[in-house]
Amino acid sequence: MLAYSLLAGVIFGLYFSLVGMGLNLVFGVMRIVNLAHGDVLMLGAFAAFWLFSLLGLHPLVAAPIVFAAAVAIGWPLYFLFVPRLLRARDPEMLSIIFFFGMAQVVVALATIAFGTSERSIPGRVLGNGPMHILGQSYPTAWVVSGAVSAVTVALVTLYLYRTRLGTTTRAVMVHREEALATGIDVHRVSAIAFGIGLGLAAVAGVFAPFMLGSVRPAMGADINITSFAVIVIGSLGNPLGTVLGGIVYGIALMVMQSYFSSWANLLPYLLLIGILLIRPTGLLGRTLRHA
Amino acid sequence: MRSALVTVAAVVAAAALLPLVYANQLLLFNFVVFLTLAQGVNIIYGFTGYLPFGYVGFFGAGAYGFSLAVMHLHLAPLPALACAAAAAVLLGLLLTPLLRLSGAYFAIANLAASQAMFQIISNPNLTDITKGPYGISLSGVFSPNLSYGVAVAILAATLGVMVFLRHSRFGLALQAIREDPVTAGMAGIDVVRGRTLAWLLSAVAAGSIGGVFAWYVSVFYPETVFSPEFSIFAIVFALFGGIATITGPILGVVILYGIYNGIGISAPQYFQLIYGVLIMVLVLFLPNGIVSLFKRWGIDVP
Repeated sequence: MLAYSLLAGVIFGLYFSLVGMGLNLVFGVMRIVNLAHGDVLMLGAFAAFWLFSLLGLHPLVAAPIVFAAAVAIGWPLYFLFVPRLLRARDPEMLSIIFFFGMAQVVVALATIAFGTSERSIPGRVLGNGPMHILGQSYPTAWVVSGAVSAVTVALVTLYLYRTRLGTTTRAVMVHREEALATGIDVHRVSAIAFGIGLGLAAVAGVFAPFMLGSVRPAMGADINITSFAVIVIGSLGNPLGTVLGGIVYGIALMVMQSYFSSWANLLPYLLLIGILLIRPTGLLGRTLRHA
Repeated sequence: MRSALVTVAAVVAAAALLPLVYANQLLLFNFVVFLTLAQGVNIIYGFTGYLPFGYVGFFGAGAYGFSLAVMHLHLAPLPALACAAAAAVLLGLLLTPLLRLSGAYFAIANLAASQAMFQIISNPNLTDITKGPYGISLSGVFSPNLSYGVAVAILAATLGVMVFLRHSRFGLALQAIREDPVTAGMAGIDVVRGRTLAWLLSAVAAGSIGGVFAWYVSVFYPETVFSPEFSIFAIVFALFGGIATITGPILGVVILYGIYNGIGISAPQYFQLIYGVLIMVLVLFLPNGIVSLFKRWGIDVP
């Protein structure tokens, strides 16, 4: 049972790192908190549901489409709102309230458009029967979702560390003003990062029906808390820390569900508060240089 | 100072006298609850800059403090209300370490704390103590008129605290902490003591009004009194009107909660759409609330 929970924890952990990655990228680059992150994920989940039930599109095919659509939406959204937010006196705080308002708009529109009923995609779409790994058997949908998450996270890493745009993105993360002074087009880099952030949330949404249960317009709020727990464990502003955070969170969740199932719901909240109080910079956090 | 007291007196008198001419006492009660909660948010957010996204935790702690005192200790409602306030203070003290976090971190941790409270209280393992997810019934102490009166008294006390904060050294010290804690500390302000006191004051406001809420409705479920909507509405109302003022949150509640009761109950998603858009517009164009418009036109409001 322990082996089962641990391995399931790793599979879910990979998925959770995808869930948190977009939020962390946006925070890392722009120092703003996208409280509508969970709601973008919800939109991605609905997109996958409709693409599947209307066009019969496989979620693996839907994922890149949804990603591209989210990036295309994120780009103009950035230029509409974010530069104005960043000029405010306390962008971090104002962004929480602002994106909270945006989340309300998204949820309200989704409720008006889709109703409050719960939707789901059958797990067999991703493959029939259980899959055996190291002597344990898991639903194939879990394994596929976990694998897609791992690949996506690896692609983000490649982007950040092996492309020119990724290098400039990391430069903006380290110091926005210095990056600007070196001649980097900070707004362009940020807008791309913002789009990718939304895109990652939407891709996580495509696999939400398999990993998080049924899809409904109000699901975003809980996902925000989970994402925060994940990225705070890893460390805010460090996308790679998210992977560690996701896996720690996934394993903790699975072990809790196996051994103390009635208290498992408490876990994300306690982990989040505990880590914030004990190690506010996260497990992989480094001390910031205040010049 | 005079105009502030006149405003407070007018609001309290209106809250106390309207039930005589308007039959829907529950609606008026909800207005009193939100007027108090919005001012409670104002104390902590307006004066110290900590955004209490999990403010409802105090409200729920108060409601359960009241209910447990009535159910297990068989106290009369008024002493039980003291337990409600005490429960909120206790939770506030337990959460003081969160004040070490700043900005977004505090808001998120506070939200998580209120959710954790809800998960603990509604846990089926605690059914013997809290009745778990099955809800609480206090029909023995049900007394709408008396509890309404007490709610108005709590509103009056909260507004009194606001008047004090607006016109005292302590309130000024808190605003200095909000602007720059380091400089405030250099100027001889006890930063930790100041913000802890403000935090506990806002906890007492929410806890006591939560206790009266439990008393007034007398039958409720944990998800009723821990609904994140309480925190969110209170914050939005306070922001909409204008924080760190007395009139701001009052205007916010009267206007927005008025709209909510006009359209929100039959079509909550349309109200959600409206207040979502309102929040976005406010943050971008009017971060100091509608009261700042009056100031811009040269009208001084308390």
